[in-house]
Amino acid sequence: MSIDIDTARKVAKLARIRVEEDQLPALATELSGILGFMEQLNEVDVEGVEPMTSVTPMRLRRRADQVTDGNIQSRILKNAPDTREGFFAVPKVVE
Amino acid sequence: MMTNANELTIAAARDALRKGELSATDLTMACLTAMDAGDGLNAYVHKTPEIALEQARAADARIKGGDAPDLCGIPLGIKDLFCTKGVPSQAASKILNGFRPEYESTVTAKLFDAGAVMLGKLNMDEFAMGSSNETSCYGNAINPWRRGNDETALTPGGSSGGSAAAVAADLCLAATGTDTGGSIRQPAAFTGIVGIKPTYGRVSRWGIVAFASSLDQAGPMTKSVRDAAIFLGAMAGHDPKDSTSADLPVPDFEAALTGDIRGKKIGIPREYRMEGMPAEIEKLWTDGIAMMKDAGAEIVDISLPHTKYALPAYYVIAPAEASSNLARYDGVRYGHRAKLAQGDGITEMYEKTRAEGFGPEVQRRVMIGTYVLSAGFYDAYYNRARRVRALIKRDFDQVFAAGIDAILTPATPSAAFGLGEMASADPIQMYLNDVFTVTVNLAGLPGISVPMGLDRQGLPLGLQLIGRPWEEGDLLNHAHVLEQAAGFVAKPAKWW
Repeated sequence: MSIDIDTARKVAKLARIRVEEDQLPALATELSGILGFMEQLNEVDVEGVEPMTSVTPMRLRRRADQVTDGNIQSRILKNAPDTREGFFAVPKVVE
Repeated sequence: MMTNANELTIAAARDALRKGELSATDLTMACLTAMDAGDGLNAYVHKTPEIALEQARAADARIKGGDAPDLCGIPLGIKDLFCTKGVPSQAASKILNGFRPEYESTVTAKLFDAGAVMLGKLNMDEFAMGSSNETSCYGNAINPWRRGNDETALTPGGSSGGSAAAVAADLCLAATGTDTGGSIRQPAAFTGIVGIKPTYGRVSRWGIVAFASSLDQAGPMTKSVRDAAIFLGAMAGHDPKDSTSADLPVPDFEAALTGDIRGKKIGIPREYRMEGMPAEIEKLWTDGIAMMKDAGAEIVDISLPHTKYALPAYYVIAPAEASSNLARYDGVRYGHRAKLAQGDGITEMYEKTRAEGFGPEVQRRVMIGTYVLSAGFYDAYYNRARRVRALIKRDFDQVFAAGIDAILTPATPSAAFGLGEMASADPIQMYLNDVFTVTVNLAGLPGISVPMGLDRQGLPLGLQLIGRPWEEGDLLNHAHVLEQAAGFVAKPAKWW
């Protein structure tokens, strides 16, 4: 499966990573190379094999549905690039 | 009494501290001095001498009081992937520039509760994605080992390259590492130290920056197998904050080091005999087999038929999980946010922030992961890789069910290579570094790298032992036997 420039543009968009138009051909070639390496997986007979979801056959433990923490607004906001009035601030989303 | 306390093993330092022959403060001072003198290795990226001295003083008081766990007063380096409260923790990425966690990872909290001393944070590949420490936003960490008198700077391996360099150069007694595809074991082999990746679930992942959650596991990087046993005991254990951490008792790993492996069955997988394997690695392996046999183990040829598909499966699964995990770096809650132009909206903010904040290898993997998870390709790539992963695990399950106790393989396909030597190679050439280690992560097993000797150029080489799930004690005992037989004591000549 080889990746063309349109697909590379689409993948970058989905990944929310800006890639300049003149970088797209190189990206497409690189991604194609890596996917080519993965094509080997098509040699394997996986008929009847379930995709692995957990490497250890343990049941995930559930915790009680209880509030155990809170009232730490200033600590949560402390590392944010921009905050206003106790909220994370971002560029305008709705006009 | 001793010349350089920073050169001690954990075991020796522990005994000296308890006997009162050494104080934690003096030991810490020796390490801080070595750390500062080791700047040429670029192993430490955030130094924390004040925290270290405060912890050392507390440790001295505790030792005096007779209440001293094994790690009490032991100076350690911490990989930058671990969140440490109030101390920069940025996974060697620009996108986490300035991030100071408001919380402590479970592993570092346990270490500090045990009285351990943190000297600083250690260099690594960005988000642990790399095998040479060359993707770090801090620049390369450098291997203290050189090819004889050749001054070419070599890689300490990756992703835990700073940890490996710091331990090998005695800039700490031991260090934490993490291993998603070989990131503890490969750098350990490249620097002549011991590194163990525990069974998936043995050590809590809480507070460790996530790369690929189904594969990530933290472990110790140390100067001896005994140290690995002591250190692992302090890191391991159930954590309610990590739902994948196992609720199993942590055995006394050090007590498992009996040195007796008579009657144990050691599997030698034929698929690990790769074409084009350097003769020296081949010989190392043959020698290791002979050592196990001399110790009374039975050598058994085994087959792990899906080995060849481990790397391609890994390079689907790990990027897929990474693309999800790294979605959180969006310039909103922490770290870097790009400067925006007039009229830029939130999408431009995300796209510019991530383009500026992530390095090329991280961008590549996030995009590969995005692609293999996208509509239309999910089954063809991601689900197929997960099915192959099930087969890789089944290969191991079958040999263990047939009575194999441990599996012996090379740790890496080569010795440490020169920094920059792989720059023009395509990414897959770099991925091949993980060829012997990645199967272990896919199957969730414990694996340990043990230094065995030097190659013709004077660089260390290691072998890997793979154990049964949750049997780290038994695995460490096998490694201990190998370590004793190999008698590796070489140290890099100090040039830094």
